[in-house]
Amino acid sequence: MKTLFDKIWDAHTVSTVADGPTQLYIDRHFCHEVTSPQAFNGLRARGLNVLRPDRTTLTADHNTPTINQDQPVKDPISKNQLDTLSKNAKEFGLTLYALGHKKNGVVHIIGPENGYTQPGMTIVCGDSHTSTHGAFGSIAFGIGTSEVEMVLATQCILQSRPKTMRITFNGKLGKGVTAKDLALYMISKLTTGGATGYFVEYAGEAIRNMSMEERMTLCNLSIEMGARGGLIAPDETTFNYVKGREFAPKGEEWDKALAYWKTLKTDEGAKFDKELIFDAADIQPMITYGTNPGMGMGVNENIPTLEDIDEAGRISFQKSMDYMGFNPGENLEGKSIDYVFLGSCTNGRIEDFRAFTNFVKGKKKADNVTAWLVPGSWMVEQQIKDEGLYDILTAAGFELRQPGCSACLAMNDDKVPAGKYAVSTSNRNFEGRQGPGARTILAGPLVAAAAAVTGKITDPRTML
Amino acid sequence: MEKFQKLTSTYVPLPIENVDTDQIIPARFLKATTKEGFGDNLFADWRYEKDGSPKKDFVLNNPTYSGEILVAGKNFGSGSSREHAAWAIGGYGFRAVVSSFFADIFRNNALNNGILPVIVSADFLSEIFNSINKDPKATLTIDLESQTITNNATGKSESFEINPYKKECLLKGLDDIDYLLSKKDSIENYEKERTF
Ligand code: SF4
Repeated sequence: MKTLFDKIWDAHTVSTVADGPTQLYIDRHFCHEVTSPQAFNGLRARGLNVLRPDRTTLTADHNTPTINQDQPVKDPISKNQLDTLSKNAKEFGLTLYALGHKKNGVVHIIGPENGYTQPGMTIVCGDSHTSTHGAFGSIAFGIGTSEVEMVLATQCILQSRPKTMRITFNGKLGKGVTAKDLALYMISKLTTGGATGYFVEYAGEAIRNMSMEERMTLCNLSIEMGARGGLIAPDETTFNYVKGREFAPKGEEWDKALAYWKTLKTDEGAKFDKELIFDAADIQPMITYGTNPGMGMGVNENIPTLEDIDEAGRISFQKSMDYMGFNPGENLEGKSIDYVFLGSCTNGRIEDFRAFTNFVKGKKKADNVTAWLVPGSWMVEQQIKDEGLYDILTAAGFELRQPGCSACLAMNDDKVPAGKYAVSTSNRNFEGRQGPGARTILAGPLVAAAAAVTGKITDPRTML
Repeated sequence: MEKFQKLTSTYVPLPIENVDTDQIIPARFLKATTKEGFGDNLFADWRYEKDGSPKKDFVLNNPTYSGEILVAGKNFGSGSSREHAAWAIGGYGFRAVVSSFFADIFRNNALNNGILPVIVSADFLSEIFNSINKDPKATLTIDLESQTITNNATGKSESFEINPYKKECLLKGLDDIDYLLSKKDSIENYEKERTF
């Protein structure tokens, strides 16, 4: 009896080092401009080629501007990094979706939408949110640059086998509650280190009911509770999503793949190292109030007081309150905010834009809010236009920017100014993450939409 | 990779929990294409004022504290996979980080760069912080071979865990790529025999 994780892991084990890690074969490798240049330098220094060039795909996303992408990138250091990516792609014979390419976009968005991401695969990228791809029932996790070099050179990686955890969400999510809320709720219960050392399988009715986009949002955030990754057994929802995408198997290959994918589930009675069960009906629309993603609460709840925090953690908690400009015990509903960011590999997919647009339809953007709406990829952008969402957004006073990571990590010009509050659908509220001094409140697309039209922290359910 | 065997050094205390990789090295410094120079921007936003002058109250700017060991609160290195965090810590001159808990990817990245993450109990960690409060010149000894860390101010030792394979790599200064390159045949066999 095996868990889904065990099945995929064992199928990709090339060898096991005595008393040490597993040599794991990697099916799909993604690279972006920030964490790859030193790996390519390493290959050059050792005189090595890329072993299986067809298994690595490159995209430019972290550094890219979200306006005027047809013009040369202004920041010379960013430009150098982007040029280096292009140079490396050429020298090593790799596929690159560079700035301006119609398949360009955030790495964890373009993988699934082009059919690169498939059930049962091992997938890595020099980026912690690689866990996103676990939504398809694959083992997907972020790696460091030394490991990027390993995968380029050998298509393998050395990893110690993580422990397994299953988190079950019984029941249904309430109206106005999204996958992002479910994830923030879970992280607030587990804390940012609560799943460290584990690979998580998500199960239960609430997960089965999720679309692929929602599953990706959830798996994406697995890393924020320290997990190596999260995965969901593939089902009809998964197969329907993958079918027909450009790099998905076709014809006979599809039938063969599908037969295999259908075996990818945890056997009845298989043991996990840890099991947790939640009731989806308990979950409210969530926001974060602190400087790590574990500091989350229902949008109308109060921030914990100092007494609620254990002693060793009080210095960090107070530091985080000072940074955010909040008081312990405070309620944030009705608090004025300055920026709204819809985008990132967490919530930059078409469904997020649909949810946001439906909510703001017929309303107006609040005057005090600067809104950055950044599609995760050019394919998402095209869909926004094809489905008529663009016109609705424009009528409500919103503009669309060009795809990229943008304000998720503020490596480009999309920086929230010091002291300003941003309600952000991204994944990290660390100090300075959205710009030096920026104050990030993480939330789902509906809480973001409610904030964008009211200019305040608002429970979206009061406006549905 | 540089070897790590035994180290006795004064240490720098950072008693903050959940120090994430965006604090260790903020994203705007990740635009380099080499591994060098990150040490100057280690903890940049805690360390420097906007105009680039050092913030007086930050520990790295306090000449009282120095050494090759960083001691931090629990869950050190959470957040992104950026190996730049390990390069920044190594580039600054730290050879070991001591905490009661590390995030996974950071720990791997440190090990791949010859930096030893030492996991100690919460009690041992708070004693280390106490010792340096009393004497800024207190030292720690980390012996990888015997997997022990000693707080020389109190004479107390604790053993720490490390994967035997990683320990060998560190003691000998070998990295994973050397190992994987020696396994070329097994990779080709795997590809041939695979049925799915
Ligand atoms: S959108 Fe944000 S989290 Fe996702 S890959 Fe880009 S920077 Fe990383």
